[in-house]
Amino acid sequence: MNLSRRDALWAGLGGIAAATLANPVFAATVEELTSTFTGGVAAGTGGITITAPEIAENGNTVPVSVSAPGAVAIMLLAAGNPTPAVATFTFGPAAGSQTAATRIRLATTQDVIAVAKMADGSIVQAATTVKVTIGGCGG
Amino acid sequence: MISRREFLQASLAATAIVGASGFGNWSRLAAQQALTEGQLLQFDDFGNVTLIHITDIHAQLKPIWFREPERNIGVGEATGKPPHVVGSAFLDMFNITPGTPEAYALTHEDFVALGKTYGKMGGMDRVATVVKSIRAARPDALLLDGGDTWHGSMTSLLTKGQDMVNVMNALTPDAMTSHWEWTFGTQRVQEIVENLPFAFLGANIFDAEWDEPAFEPYKIFERAGTRIAVIGQAFPYMPIANPRWIFPEYSFGIREERMQEVVNEVRAAGVDLVVCLSHNGFDVDQKMASRVQGIDVILTGHTHDAIPEPVLVGQTILIASGSNGKFVSRVDLDVRDGKMMGFRHKLIPIFSDVITPDPDMAALIDAERAPFKDQLEEKIGTTESLLYRRGNFQGTWDDLICDAVRSERDAQIALSPGVRWGPSLLPGDDITREDIHNVTSMTYGQVYRTEMTGETLHTVLEDVADNLFNTDPYYQQGGDMVRIGGMGFTIDVSKPIGSRISNLALTDTGEAIDAAKSYTVAGWASVNEGTTGPQIWDVVEAHIRKLGSVRLDPNTSVSVTGL
Repeated sequence: MNLSRRDALWAGLGGIAAATLANPVFAATVEELTSTFTGGVAAGTGGITITAPEIAENGNTVPVSVSAPGAVAIMLLAAGNPTPAVATFTFGPAAGSQTAATRIRLATTQDVIAVAKMADGSIVQAATTVKVTIGGCGG
Repeated sequence: MISRREFLQASLAATAIVGASGFGNWSRLAAQQALTEGQLLQFDDFGNVTLIHITDIHAQLKPIWFREPERNIGVGEATGKPPHVVGSAFLDMFNITPGTPEAYALTHEDFVALGKTYGKMGGMDRVATVVKSIRAARPDALLLDGGDTWHGSMTSLLTKGQDMVNVMNALTPDAMTSHWEWTFGTQRVQEIVENLPFAFLGANIFDAEWDEPAFEPYKIFERAGTRIAVIGQAFPYMPIANPRWIFPEYSFGIREERMQEVVNEVRAAGVDLVVCLSHNGFDVDQKMASRVQGIDVILTGHTHDAIPEPVLVGQTILIASGSNGKFVSRVDLDVRDGKMMGFRHKLIPIFSDVITPDPDMAALIDAERAPFKDQLEEKIGTTESLLYRRGNFQGTWDDLICDAVRSERDAQIALSPGVRWGPSLLPGDDITREDIHNVTSMTYGQVYRTEMTGETLHTVLEDVADNLFNTDPYYQQGGDMVRIGGMGFTIDVSKPIGSRISNLALTDTGEAIDAAKSYTVAGWASVNEGTTGPQIWDVVEAHIRKLGSVRLDPNTSVSVTGL
């Protein structure tokens, strides 16, 4: 029997601290959030993977996971939401892998962006489009 | 189509290109009235592995008319490539002479006249004859069903798919994958699968709560000393295109990374050949083949395309076997040292007047139909016009259904789903209750009546258009444009979402649709739970009874630009 997702989630919690960033008064923009997180360091590509459905089955709860081996922190943003900040995951030295999975609500079709800060201070970024559709006519 | 250069690039054995084309020279023979079952089945055995593929039967047990699309627009990289080539361009591309049986089977050109000449196609008793004949030559052949098997007829609806399950069990496939099967609900699918004497595969079917694999992803077959992995890929957009609430326990999706993992897993297990039995739709499969490494053959389904030759993507061959029992594909492969070295393929057209029905299967089909015979065959009306659906936009069946919905539900505008199933009827044909079910049958057929603003209508059209014309195949759900009664529009297929649709206007008055104004709208096949209203087949039947004889004028309400 493989380790189930449930077991994996319990096991994984030890190494991850998640903080939600939602600010109900002033929703920071993607640019503001990114520059705060990166400290102005330009983002590279590669070394970070977002896994999300191409088309959301239910826009109210979209499974998104992000993996960036060697990261000390990963910030997840939903660019098209009224409040783009989703979460920032920080990984301590005891973290077995730098992977986080969560479910997010997407108001509309938009890019989900993940930015990772590496131990050496470098930044990598990835984005993927998730379509939120009315659906109903596949044949 | 496949050039020698492409073939060599694929590093497959060059000898196999001989006979790679699925249609032989039998058109000449047909013209001489000499087309025989033997010629349709003729195949020079090749290599050591045989795959038999059938898909999207949509519960059509009996021979049918099925007009292929007049419009099947490809966007982005798919532009101008099969299956986005229709009519005379298709005939030119595959070197098919107009007026021949191939032309009739594969295109819409001159459909009525050729239909009268060459007869109906399909019928599971004829399919059984073809399958038995291939198995006689190649006892180790694998028979693989691409899904959309249990749904699409009155008998399949009344028996919750049991008639098709019984027929397929008699045909003894080795594996299947799924789409409309799920519209019978989780419990019914589980009940059938529990007793299914063959594999029900779906590498992309996951438990919705924990996001873990929920069904067998693949099965490894040992045939003639060769180990063949068949990986199932169910329809990815199940919970979006069909009502999620009917199968809430499951999540689907393309899950490209999962497909790669599963391919790696079977390769690591040392299989000689990797086959993907897919219900992705052709364009999605084409993209997947270019990104997932290690699949030898993709047996495609969902988009109902019949392509007379395999399409090569890198070292993967894609086989498109049509729909409704019109075709069976035979693919012979030379597999040696864990590699596919070459192939020979034939898309076998099931001409019901040429291929002898298998007597056992014919008897089984009649037995399945017997309890419902009177209901099925009751004549409701006749048609003076060709009735068809398949195509990117409105067919005459859709016009008739939209007329019925508007008139019976007293609405300004009717919406009807752009599904690709639904056989045709020729001018002069009776319209029976079964014929109506063949274009409407489903477990969520309630005809709702509501009000929508012009803005909402516009949003709906933009949304559906993007499912069809997004240039990235992974964002396409398959199916065609939603059908509309009482309202026309212009669509620029080259534009992005939000700017494709314009000129919305009521067809009765020519009055432009006002974004802020409300309109009465009736439609069917809503994905929302709790939809109420009469069933669509009853609505259409009531309408046809009033008309007696159906006649439809050409519909010019949709203008297509950006081609």
